Amino acid sequence: MSRKGADIVIETLKEENVEVIFGLPGGAIMEVYDALYRDGSIKHILARHEQGAGHMAEGYAKATGKVGVAMTTSGPGATNIVTPIADAYMDSVPLVVITGQVPTHMIGNDAFQEVDIVGITRPITKHNFLVRDIEELPLIIREAFYIAKTGRPGPVLVDIPKDITQQLSDVKIPSLEEVKKALPGYKPHVEGNAQQIKKAAKLIMEAKRPVLYVGGGAVNAEAQEELIELAELMKIPVTTTTQGKGAFPENHPLSLRMLGMHGTYYANMAVYNSDLLIAVGARFDDRVTGKIDEFAPDAKIIHIDIDPASISKNIIVDVPIVGDVKIVLRKLINELKRKGAKILYLEERERWLEQIEKWKKLHPLTYKNSKKVIKPQYVIEQIYEVTSGDAIIVPGVGQHQMWAAMFYKFSYPRQFLNSGGLGTMGFGLPAGIGAKIGRPEKEVFVVDGDGSFIMTMQEIITAVQYKVPVKVAIINNAYLGMVRQWQELFYDKRYSEVDLSLQPDFVKLAESMGAVGFRAEKPKEVREILEEAMRIDDRPVIMDFVVDREENVLPMVPPGKSYRDMILEDGRGTEAETMYLVG
Amino acid sequence: MADIVGGADITVAKAPKFRQTRKGQVRKHIINVKVRNEIGVLARIATLIAGKGYNIESLSVGETHEPGISRMTIEVVGDDIVIDQVVKQLRKLIDTLKVRDITDVPHVERELVLIKVHTPTSRARDEVLRIVEIFRGKIVDVSPETYTIEVTGDEDKINAMLELLKPFGIKEMARTGKVAMRRELFAEEAGE
Repeated sequence: MSRKGADIVIETLKEENVEVIFGLPGGAIMEVYDALYRDGSIKHILARHEQGAGHMAEGYAKATGKVGVAMTTSGPGATNIVTPIADAYMDSVPLVVITGQVPTHMIGNDAFQEVDIVGITRPITKHNFLVRDIEELPLIIREAFYIAKTGRPGPVLVDIPKDITQQLSDVKIPSLEEVKKALPGYKPHVEGNAQQIKKAAKLIMEAKRPVLYVGGGAVNAEAQEELIELAELMKIPVTTTTQGKGAFPENHPLSLRMLGMHGTYYANMAVYNSDLLIAVGARFDDRVTGKIDEFAPDAKIIHIDIDPASISKNIIVDVPIVGDVKIVLRKLINELKRKGAKILYLEERERWLEQIEKWKKLHPLTYKNSKKVIKPQYVIEQIYEVTSGDAIIVPGVGQHQMWAAMFYKFSYPRQFLNSGGLGTMGFGLPAGIGAKIGRPEKEVFVVDGDGSFIMTMQEIITAVQYKVPVKVAIINNAYLGMVRQWQELFYDKRYSEVDLSLQPDFVKLAESMGAVGFRAEKPKEVREILEEAMRIDDRPVIMDFVVDREENVLPMVPPGKSYRDMILEDGRGTEAETMYLVG
Repeated sequence: MADIVGGADITVAKAPKFRQTRKGQVRKHIINVKVRNEIGVLARIATLIAGKGYNIESLSVGETHEPGISRMTIEVVGDDIVIDQVVKQLRKLIDTLKVRDITDVPHVERELVLIKVHTPTSRARDEVLRIVEIFRGKIVDVSPETYTIEVTGDEDKINAMLELLKPFGIKEMARTGKVAMRRELFAEEAGE
């Protein structure tokens, strides 16, 4: 049956079971929006800025594990979504971004709203396409979905010139088999090498002081069950990155919570003193390792990752295993069980776990609360309580993001959705809206900073329009807080351009857009507001928590330093505790 | 010096330890890439290498006997470890079918060069002709003032010839960039 290219786009999206598109129309993509209107079966969320649409699609994808779909027009529409694409690339988020392009015959002529978006996004997409022939349109869209969600997930951009969307064709939608056949150079390795798995099992049984270091790959692979089984079977403590949060429940006795720059003292001490580090779907980011040659200096490293290019990139590993985390962990557990799952140095292992308990008691995550001024950590703790620890938390980027990571305990995968790799301020609100649309049954709490929030706050309107009852807690210290903290610690308090005390009245701002606005200035008001917010389920709620302006995120490993140089929660160094455990 | 860690009784203080980090040798690598001949594939590969801060010394692309499949030979100077990373990332590209760093495996490499040499005198013409014969080159164009020479060979051969031709005055030169291919091993060699 002959139909327009635009109709083929919608037909293919339906074939991919797309239930919602986040986007904003414009000249070059109008045909597709017309087809969307005529078809009427796919929900569309009209963002107020293309960056918002991109982050919404990311939030949706991160919360559900499905592919997020965003659609924009050419030129500025396309460039505005570059940041979310880069963000998705860094954090391995499956995303398909469809952009309109000027008609084929005008490409390269500096036409109105023309930009070479395929060229611009080449280094920040897993793959991208410019459609040149209507006959290949459905195949390309299906390839985009297949590439986005398999292997190490990532964003794929499809740029469609306007004339292609207007032409007629009776091309049929290809099957998945045909899609795979059209991609001979793309075969993600999922199984894991049996020999390497055997080696890993041997190392695990022989280890005295092992630690599991878990990243976003474990969340993407849905490997929580396997992780818990492995940790319990071999008595291995587990630390996660921000992306890996929830892959292992943080209330589990073997949990060390987060490691790295703002990791817990005990996670960092455990990693530093370990003799075997099992990295699972993690990539040894500099925010995790600190100074690389002092990172876990005594440890052998096993690295399980779906992406061969992640292995031995930042750190040389002893046993690399390329494969899907869930499949490899299952095989590893089977191999361990086949060998009796023996812990060869049981006494040392007991002592190791004892030592970790002592570290946990010595420096738990803590802060000094106040009766006069609201402490940001206190707000997070209260959010934890009113949501019974079950909410999906979506932070922006900055101090509040780290406080949310530290003072909310995460128990299930896809519960903490944050911009980890790119560190995109403004991620929170739109990503939270996308998450709530994907998981309407869950409470979604955006924990934002005042600086972060302002970058994408226009999307309150979007949340109001679609009745998305997302909760937004602004941790308002009227500073670009993380930069201020670095200036305090490393630049002698020269607070260069970080003061945001001239700011909108967030309550009135919320109200002006049809959302509910609250403000808390005293600690006792925090709980009241949160409880009131929990009762609202038809509109977004914006809560302005006016907090202690110069509170710092601690503990902290200063950038480029080793775990031994950690600044503890009292602001002092670790000299007294800078000890090296010897097994 | 022994001390107590967190009140635990099993601690011994030692000098700080350091993780061994590998620094690679910086040298010239030859990478063979088999690609699908799609629009933008060259840009993707070039972007990736440039993204590592490396300059491509030479690059040659041509179709293979298989329709739609091209082969590239890329010459790039870089740290062994970073190049290893580049190779892995090249493999990740959707349009690459096979990527191999053949620097350390037995291989043959060839390059074709066209050189226009200043030969105004009969003496110069005689000498240049002799050099061309020694290097098994060909004179492919002649003018009263110049000879244009075609020569193929590996890097050493071409460099040696260029050295000898320089004193006459090279007016113009064009090189194709290297093409390289792994040597086929004999059975007993392959088995080791």
